[in-house]
Amino acid sequence: MASPTLVKKSSDAPLRAKGKELPFPLNLYQTAVGKKWVMALTGIMLLGFVVFHMVGNLKLYIGQVEHLNAEGEYKLDYDINIYGEYLRELLVPLLPRTYALWGLRFGLIGAFALHIHSALTLTRMNQVSNVAYSSKRDFIAANFASRTMRVSGIIVFFYLIFHLADLTWGWTSDEWVRGHVYENMVNSMSRPIVALVYIFANILLSIHIFHGAWSMFQSLGINNPKYNALRRGFAAGLAGLILLGNISFPLAILSGVVDI
Amino acid sequence: MLPDAGIPEGPIADKWDSHKFNVNLVNPANKRKFKVLIVGTGLAGASAAATMAELGYDVEVFTFHDSPRRAHSIAAQGGINAAKNYRNDGDSVYRLFYDTVKGGDYRSREANVYRLAEVSVNIIDQMTAQGVPFAREYGGLLDNRSFGGAQVSRTFYARGQTGQQLLIGAYQQMMRQVGLGKIKLHTRMEMLDLVVKDGSAQGIVCRNLTTGDVTSHSGHAVVLATGGYSNVFYLSTNAMASNVTAAWRAHRKGAYFANPCYTQIHPTCIPVSDDFQSKLTLMSESLRNDGRIWVPRDRDDNRLPQNIPEPERYYYLEEKYPAFGNLVPRDVASRNAKTVVDQGYGVGPAKNGVYLDFADVIQRDGRDVVEEKYGNLLQMYERITGEDPYEMPMRIYPAVHYTMGGLWVDYNLMTTIPGCYAAGEANFSDHGANRLGASALMQGLSDGYFVLPTTISNYLADKLGTQPLSTDDEVFQKAERDVVDRVQEFLSIGGTKSPEYFHRELGKLVWEYIGMARNENGLEKAISEIRALRDEFWKDLRVLGTKDTLNSSIEKAGRVSDFFELAELMARDALTREESCGGHFREESQTEEGEALRQDDSFAHVSAWEWHDMDTPQTEHREALEFEYVKLTQRSYK
Amino acid sequence: MSNTLNLTLQVWRQPSTNAAGTFETYQAHNISDDASFLEMLDIVNERLIEDGKIPIEFPHDCREGICGTCGVMINGRAHGHEKGTATCQLHMRKFNDGDTIVIEPWRAAAFPVVRDLVVDRSPLDRIIEVGGFITAPTGTAQDANQQPIPKEVADSAMDAAACIGCGACVAACPNSAAQLFTSAKVWHLNSLPQGQAERYKRAESMVETMEEFFGSCTNHGECSEACPKEISLDFIAYMNKDYIKSKVKNRRMSSQI
Repeated sequence: MASPTLVKKSSDAPLRAKGKELPFPLNLYQTAVGKKWVMALTGIMLLGFVVFHMVGNLKLYIGQVEHLNAEGEYKLDYDINIYGEYLRELLVPLLPRTYALWGLRFGLIGAFALHIHSALTLTRMNQVSNVAYSSKRDFIAANFASRTMRVSGIIVFFYLIFHLADLTWGWTSDEWVRGHVYENMVNSMSRPIVALVYIFANILLSIHIFHGAWSMFQSLGINNPKYNALRRGFAAGLAGLILLGNISFPLAILSGVVDI
Repeated sequence: MLPDAGIPEGPIADKWDSHKFNVNLVNPANKRKFKVLIVGTGLAGASAAATMAELGYDVEVFTFHDSPRRAHSIAAQGGINAAKNYRNDGDSVYRLFYDTVKGGDYRSREANVYRLAEVSVNIIDQMTAQGVPFAREYGGLLDNRSFGGAQVSRTFYARGQTGQQLLIGAYQQMMRQVGLGKIKLHTRMEMLDLVVKDGSAQGIVCRNLTTGDVTSHSGHAVVLATGGYSNVFYLSTNAMASNVTAAWRAHRKGAYFANPCYTQIHPTCIPVSDDFQSKLTLMSESLRNDGRIWVPRDRDDNRLPQNIPEPERYYYLEEKYPAFGNLVPRDVASRNAKTVVDQGYGVGPAKNGVYLDFADVIQRDGRDVVEEKYGNLLQMYERITGEDPYEMPMRIYPAVHYTMGGLWVDYNLMTTIPGCYAAGEANFSDHGANRLGASALMQGLSDGYFVLPTTISNYLADKLGTQPLSTDDEVFQKAERDVVDRVQEFLSIGGTKSPEYFHRELGKLVWEYIGMARNENGLEKAISEIRALRDEFWKDLRVLGTKDTLNSSIEKAGRVSDFFELAELMARDALTREESCGGHFREESQTEEGEALRQDDSFAHVSAWEWHDMDTPQTEHREALEFEYVKLTQRSYK
Repeated sequence: MSNTLNLTLQVWRQPSTNAAGTFETYQAHNISDDASFLEMLDIVNERLIEDGKIPIEFPHDCREGICGTCGVMINGRAHGHEKGTATCQLHMRKFNDGDTIVIEPWRAAAFPVVRDLVVDRSPLDRIIEVGGFITAPTGTAQDANQQPIPKEVADSAMDAAACIGCGACVAACPNSAAQLFTSAKVWHLNSLPQGQAERYKRAESMVETMEEFFGSCTNHGECSEACPKEISLDFIAYMNKDYIKSKVKNRRMSSQI
């Protein structure tokens, strides 16, 4: 059994019975501390993705460069499109084309699945463990970010689906062309509503990261008084950079700084 | 007749070893056949429970708290003595023994105190092995400090929370046995009667404080580790729930109560601020190591203390006792504070305190050093009084803190009821008439870890093959009925005043007449006034609510009703003891300089009181104290 | 100097565990600001008894901030607004005349209300009994100075050991997690040389027992803010690390440095 079953709400009887221990490494995922550890590790993977994704997107601002294409001739092309193609050709000829990319994608999908599953099961555990106060709570340390992880997580998840549909699968526009990253982005984000969706979702993503990128140190047990003070700064800085980077794209497109 | 205390023969240094050899043992395989009931989970109770369970006895533990970790041993701040001589300053088991007998004003048993000093070293080893984070020096070895007037540094401490750390250590060790199933733990269960049949203890009757259920529990032996009775004064440094009930119920069933008049007044507490005050807060005695105690020379000086120039301050302890100064023993420090306050030198809004001043040490060592040493205490003071002790001197006044008296026990810690033991503060203990600082923790752990687990087999060995008495037996049934009736009576008096009211009124009487200074007239007055108040209690008590849920008024009423009977015995004991010794100061017996004057010829004995019934006063039995090793002298701290 | 306050109290009243509870409003007039919070409740109770009404049951004992018995939610904060202060050490001078004070018991599924403001915290004892100790039966100890312990280690162990077991961490946690309580004990013992033999077993069994009763830590940090002993969140990280190690490490090699 993966998660413990609910027993009884009273003091000396446990709320949930300890399940039979699974073989390593599955046993790590049987307890909340273990799940938080998995959540932190998958969070790091997802963070890595977000950072690389943003850095890649910054190529939007490079615009067109001269580029030696597959036919062996120099042509002007958008740098970000070249980068997109490069990702598909990653590790070629060690691996066939797109295999490395798919490897990364499967890794990310797995990380997402675990990140979300652990969040869901822990949330359920907490709902069972907690009894709401009848009077108003006055929180001191819990901040907007930490209190809204579940909401921001869910919204970011739906945004992700939308984002894939919009720019990876091209479902939201007839103008979408595979491989034309630059044009697709500009076309998509020129629609103010879509741009707003991107801005809003990235604000939530940054809020999610603001707590997550600090929290992961605790969950992993990375704690040393010598650098503890830096952990908050790291999380805030990372969230800020991602926020700035990611909302700059719709803003730049909307304002016409970047266009076709 | 008082039984023989059973002090082993031989030189004092060999008594405990030879006794350990001579006690009857129980074979390891047979230990599980004996059920031991332990009431109380403070240092003595928890350590005894843990150790006996480790030995293999079938142990059941009872506490009225919601968790065994709440016991009031937790509040001890200063430290624990041990004759380790880690400082190489001339300490030894013999010196600790000698200091303790002397500090107790020669009213304790030499053999017991020697044993205490002897096992003190094992306690530190034991607690360290269990992970108690005693203070350490940079070299990683244990730190010591001098405490409570001792002239050697033999006190081990864990910040200002030594009691907490030791209690939690003992609690953890006990909880390990609970987890292993060797101890059955009953929380929120208050012992309300001891059951005795054929002259020996058979078990106890308890009330479940949550449900009101009254149940019997039977065992081969009963250990009472239920603490002291300072709360008879209403205002004391004890926790709100600390009470005498378990010991008193045992007393009413035949256990003699020894030296009830020996109560200790701790010199450094925060003065009473108002009549709603519920308890007094102790400031560790360690503060006297660096703080200076004074009052203004002018009784009507209304200046802020920091503005009073040096010549106009009366450092009364330093002037009177140049050798010990502010570090005189507790009883001396307390009495002198009372004297200056009675003379009108008191400070603070109610003129009921004296200053404890850190200005000099802050100037000498810097605020950081003071904060490191005493930070948590000074912060606590600031919280309670709203005054900043770094800026202005603290105000302190003595408060009742510890009771040296308690159930009479023999060398095996057995009361006069065979099978019923008393440990820790609940017994009349090894402290004589005055306890030295940092010795209570030592005694509780000594009793629980090392003495009781060894001596109890002497009684149990004979019981091999017997079963504990069935709780269906008529003695248990009757005891249960009595408890139920008593609870019902509290509920049905239907008067107008709360148990709290009676407790407060009783406390005022006890403090007034049986407090820091006592005299014949006052004590006689106390007896009649206590009786009158007790009569009123049984006529005019108001306890609301029902008995089948948590109802602290019922708990309180029961405890207060026992305090009435104890208070009267305290007065009678104080009246009988026509001398001053340690915490007991009879105004009729003092030196010309106003110091306590012992009367060794007539009072070098323990007074143990035997209960008869409500209408007959207890009779006194005397155990003569013989001093083979310690020379009786007038204590002098000049 | 001392002033008096007139306060309105909204106090949770609940006759027993299974009965329904509700807030009752009481007027607390002429309360000296020198009174402690619990003394204020004492006064209210005395007046209730005078009026023939059943007094409020509230948890308390030592009243000097060390036993861990007391603890209620005061205006939405565990132990009230004063940092590093248990309810018993909170004084009325921290309140203003005319204030309304809402008093509610600790809430957690593992802490059922016994009556009014009193809850049952015995699951905390269950966590201790499975590993919150160093196995050192009486009599087995070596000399206390045999093993030097660096002062920094002893101090850190002491910081963790300062926990009073009041349960404010659980009460303050939006998830009713007991991580701060558990980690304080785990770190106290796991940081010391004496505790090394049982280190991983301790972390494993204490965490797993904790999770039978309490929620999961989401690193809000409310617990540490509410803690009357200001116990640090660092210990939670250390515990998490030891727990994961307990699953990963080859314990046969755990005495090798």
